[in-house]
Amino acid sequence: MAEANYPDELRYHAEHDWARIDGDVATFGITWYAQDTLGEVVFYDPPEVGSEVRKDSSYAEVESVKAVSDVISPMSGEIVEVNEALSDAPEKINEDPYGDGWLVKVRLSDPGEADTLMDATAYQHLLDQSS
Amino acid sequence: MGSLRLVSTATLRRTPLYDLHAAAGARLVPFAGWEMPVSYDGIREEHTAVRTHAGMFDVSHMGQVETEGPEAAAFLQRVLSNDVSKLEVGGAQYSCLCNEQGGVVDDLFTYRLAPDHYLTVTNSSNHTEDLRWMARWVHDYDCVLRDVADRFAMIAVQGPNARRIVASALRLQLPPRMRVTPAVIAGGPGIICGTGYTGEDGVELMLDPGRAPDVWSALGDAGVVPCGLGARDTLRLEVCFHLHGQDLSIDRNPIEAGLGWCCKEDTGFVGSEAIAEVRAEGPAEKLVPFTVEGRGIPRQGNLILAADEAAGVVTSGTFSPSLQVGIGMGYVRADLTEPGTEFEIDVRGTRRSARVGSKPLYRKES
Repeated sequence: MAEANYPDELRYHAEHDWARIDGDVATFGITWYAQDTLGEVVFYDPPEVGSEVRKDSSYAEVESVKAVSDVISPMSGEIVEVNEALSDAPEKINEDPYGDGWLVKVRLSDPGEADTLMDATAYQHLLDQSS
Repeated sequence: MGSLRLVSTATLRRTPLYDLHAAAGARLVPFAGWEMPVSYDGIREEHTAVRTHAGMFDVSHMGQVETEGPEAAAFLQRVLSNDVSKLEVGGAQYSCLCNEQGGVVDDLFTYRLAPDHYLTVTNSSNHTEDLRWMARWVHDYDCVLRDVADRFAMIAVQGPNARRIVASALRLQLPPRMRVTPAVIAGGPGIICGTGYTGEDGVELMLDPGRAPDVWSALGDAGVVPCGLGARDTLRLEVCFHLHGQDLSIDRNPIEAGLGWCCKEDTGFVGSEAIAEVRAEGPAEKLVPFTVEGRGIPRQGNLILAADEAAGVVTSGTFSPSLQVGIGMGYVRADLTEPGTEFEIDVRGTRRSARVGSKPLYRKES
């Protein structure tokens, strides 16, 4: 998508990742800013279902033509679903970072971690400060 | 997302085209001490524009060294690996600048502008060292060595339509491939070179820095696509052109780098004895191009393995927009260099199969 966009219903991590929290399961992805900075994503290997992710730690990599970037988990838990479609169409991460470009679904081990994440306003404030 | 790093840009140099890059929304990054555009609309689009139409690159960060005088040719013959006596007026020649051990200080194009007048283009990160090294040998010769990097902006226009558009938009007569001609460009002194770094036909323009923005804009208006260093890297790697600092260094000699063709040891250039020895004995390692089989993108520094043993290292790696796979070049044991040979690459913990290719990895359909 061409225009910067940060949906209100998501929670944001300072390493430019988002979480869509639904009870004790959350969907993760990278933000519009992250995909724009990285450029066209040409490679993404989904992690394995069943593996553990830890808040603030890397759980996958996204690669553009030029760069490799770690994807940081905004919350902790166990991966229950991965977006397999991205293996063949990683460009969806650029085209629709909050929709078809989602990366993993995670059963949260500590839903209270949501309190450590930013809302859309706070995240955009962070972006404004760093640019 | 991690590893996004902010780097202070306070001390970086800017080319005369910087304002145009910034206004166009280019992504600007530090490169060899310069603040340079890595891409405008995306590396893949820019790459495709050069392969199918015409793209332009600001390469004003590259340096120029002028050699002039009755013994200019003899001096260059001493420091450059190729046979400079074969370089005619109006001609271009690729060669290595080597140290006495045969290590590659830089790889360069030299143009003969007049019988006693040569211009050599340096890689920006090596420009100062090249000058220092050349100056060490010049005092035996009746010629002058001048740093003229500040005299020129440089724009490379590349692609199947590049020549046609440059000729009409700038009203210029262009030299053939591998030839050079002095010219008035946009009313100022300039040089047109029939060379490039993409595997496509095209020209490189050296021109008055003050006139560079007008020329860039005129080419853009004529449909030439602005391209950044990102596409420059994918284009050159697809056709297996070396990048000094990655595929070439003072710790590697031209023979193992596959550049024996531009080394004429008979001329007695600095480093020729060491290079003749390597050529006679055969190098222990050689630079090979390779293609990844299946998924994965090799990157500089990845380890190459054969039968579970370390067998080399990747010096350049990327995703090839033309071939749609991971490609690269790396130094491997001499027994692994035949095209078709398979080895593995450790891409940050995941082993990926790769196969040695032949140069160039990308060939234009004819």
